[in-house]
Amino acid sequence: MSKVVKLKKGLSIRMEGAAEKVLAKAPASENYAVKPSDYKGLVPRLCVRQGDAVKAGTPVFVDKNRPEIRFVSPVSGTVTAINRGERRKLLEVQIKADTEQISEKYEITESTLKSRDLIVETMLNAGLWPMVIQRPYGIIANPADKPKAIFVSGFDTAPPLLDIDFMISGQEEHFKKGINVLAKLTDGKVHLGLSADDYASKLNKIKNVEVNIFSGKHPAGNVGVQIHHIDPINKGDTVWTLDAQHVVTLGRFFSTGVYGGGRVIAICGSKVKRPQYLHAIEGVSISAFADMIDHTGNVRYISGNILTGESIGRDGYLGYYANRLTVIPEGDNCEFLGWAMPRLKKFSASKSYFSWLMPGREYALDTNLNGGERAFVVSGQYEKVLPMDIYPVYLLKAILAENIDRMEQLGIYELIEEDLALCEFVCTSKIEVQSILRRGIELMIKEMN
Amino acid sequence: MKFLRSFLDKIKPSFEKEGKYSKLYSTFEAFESFLFVPKTVTTRGTHIRDSIDLKRTMSVVVVALIPCLLFGMWNTGYWHYRSLGETSEFWTNFLFGFCRVLPIIAVSYIVGLGIEFASAQMRGHEVNEGFLVSGILIPLIMPVDVPLWMVALATAFAVIIGKEVFGGTGMNIWNPALLARAFVFFAYPSHISGDKVWIAGMTAGQNITDGFSGATPLSVAAGGTGETAANMTVESLRQQLPDVNDMFLGFIPGSIGETSKLAILLGAAVLIFTGVGSWRIMLASALGCLGMGWLCNMLAGNPYMELPPYYHLLMGGFAFGAVFMATDPVTASQTGTGKWIYGALFGILVVLIRIFNPAYPEGVMLVILLMNTFAPLIDHYVVDANIRRRLKRVKTSV
Repeated sequence: MSKVVKLKKGLSIRMEGAAEKVLAKAPASENYAVKPSDYKGLVPRLCVRQGDAVKAGTPVFVDKNRPEIRFVSPVSGTVTAINRGERRKLLEVQIKADTEQISEKYEITESTLKSRDLIVETMLNAGLWPMVIQRPYGIIANPADKPKAIFVSGFDTAPPLLDIDFMISGQEEHFKKGINVLAKLTDGKVHLGLSADDYASKLNKIKNVEVNIFSGKHPAGNVGVQIHHIDPINKGDTVWTLDAQHVVTLGRFFSTGVYGGGRVIAICGSKVKRPQYLHAIEGVSISAFADMIDHTGNVRYISGNILTGESIGRDGYLGYYANRLTVIPEGDNCEFLGWAMPRLKKFSASKSYFSWLMPGREYALDTNLNGGERAFVVSGQYEKVLPMDIYPVYLLKAILAENIDRMEQLGIYELIEEDLALCEFVCTSKIEVQSILRRGIELMIKEMN
Repeated sequence: MKFLRSFLDKIKPSFEKEGKYSKLYSTFEAFESFLFVPKTVTTRGTHIRDSIDLKRTMSVVVVALIPCLLFGMWNTGYWHYRSLGETSEFWTNFLFGFCRVLPIIAVSYIVGLGIEFASAQMRGHEVNEGFLVSGILIPLIMPVDVPLWMVALATAFAVIIGKEVFGGTGMNIWNPALLARAFVFFAYPSHISGDKVWIAGMTAGQNITDGFSGATPLSVAAGGTGETAANMTVESLRQQLPDVNDMFLGFIPGSIGETSKLAILLGAAVLIFTGVGSWRIMLASALGCLGMGWLCNMLAGNPYMELPPYYHLLMGGFAFGAVFMATDPVTASQTGTGKWIYGALFGILVVLIRIFNPAYPEGVMLVILLMNTFAPLIDHYVVDANIRRRLKRVKTSV
């Protein structure tokens, strides 16, 4: 049995609207989109024009700097619109799905699976490469690199809670296949992080993988935290990470040779009528789920979780990496003397409101900032929710000062936004921790090239 | 509250850019956000935010200070009437103290907030809540007989030179409230030291009953060193000092808010429970103080050194300083390990100065300011150790 890594720091945000373990079929939708904004630091180059017919797996755009990395259409259909924003920045490529779905097909032979180069080439061609994320920086991996290890987190602790075990149940064979493919990509180990709570999980019985058990609150399920405790990233190291469901997609592809198949997402949050799991295809327009959502009042639709997700609007499209569609009320109302009130119904990690009197309560959290932005005042607050040997405030100050050496010394290679998201949540001074960190990462990328 | 909200919405445009009162926007914003939590929503990063904000944090500290404040008011009256040789009722004492302390608080808040509002407007920032705490701390660490104009001057000095020149709350190096006290201490020493200033009305010297001394325990204890200690034993020194219970409960002369250790402990409980004050600093301070007191016991050079270590927790401003001033998150050490070192050094130095520096009977104020100065250095070494751990990892993994 593997050693259990006990993480004492962290925070469980108790929010209403966690998905019930029921898997429903998503309502049919014919609107999809591929969005460059899903991928950090990507400069896209378009490969299609409006009116083009595409299959599931046909490239829609490629990375301008690394054209071998392709981004493909999730469905077969017609490109209906190419939306651009300011300075002609590509926002999304909209695709209208055909009723009959055709996918790109690839021949997978025994010899493909034996050669690392062929696996990489096939993944690139099939548009599967964007699922491979590289640390440091949290960007799409460079196919030319050889990572020292590959990490997959088999559980998710971000709010609202998600059961990955449930999401990939029935797909275990694909998951195993995916792990076997990944094992070819590194000379090191493939690590799978599992929660001590459901240690008996089926994922535990997989070969070819080093299982690590973690116990603790969020962010214990973050792959970055797991890397930090198992095989930390030093200067010059490269580690790859994949989402557990992407491992399933990968395995399925190498079993069938066909792109696609979608994934399971949770539709959750206090504005969802019946929070549950759905089978959906990435890039789907969430207008398909309109009936499942209570749209009264101002509502925020988030592709992803409430800490790191993207606000996509009522008719937006689900992101490529999203495991959830979270719908919560906007908090755009003024609360009379709110800061002076007992606030039994407001969640706080501190005990300065009286909500500590109700330890089991789940909260309908909204998007109010609950204060104004200030300079760093309170100390020790971030450290309480970051189970890593890192001083986040010092790192953030180094980023604000654009001091590259210091950023490197203080551990910027080990972090991406999701790892510091809780710091941002608890911050009394309402500092935008995640965007500061991304600015630092972008500086590092620029400096290193 | 709808009426109030719609009134604010109505007058808001005239405070915004190009409005008639746009020069008062920060002031308007401060009052508006005081009345209503703004409807601002998150735009980037996390979609939800903890309901804590700086207003709440600061008001928790103010709440934690209320026991000290109320006791201080009562104690002011108690000692005033006692100095006149009169006995007085509970409410008479309190009312007298209330009337003496309230003006000091008012002056401190008016001057301090006035400057805060003006500088926020000059910078185009929102008004920071930091002064809510400083404004109440300043009166609590002053002797009750301090002239009001001195409070005003000291507050202005502390806020402008101590805080705003560095960029406001969060950027300052020294605790602003202590700077105010230090200002009075160095500019007008006779108003903040000696045996008379701690009793309301005693400086003026009317009708003081014969044989009454307003000496604080610390100045009595200071008699236990140097020449005066020649024929003194620790027992006779303890007899001269007030009873331990009186010192714990606060029936002693001293700065307005510092006398009752019970009230301070209540405040400490609030700060520690809510997580607003650092228990590490408080505990480390107490341990440092007791440890140094114990060491002095071992060396036992004079009666003061022989005093039981816990006396140092009970005398003077140590307890108040350790709970409310040394824990100021901006000026204290900010790393976990740093807080232990910072607190312990504070405790050690206070005892050192009290016993070995006859010029200053009390060292708390200067020691905290000194430790504020060294806090970044302490943190520097703690963070450096983190960096070295990271570098070492590279070596072992190769």
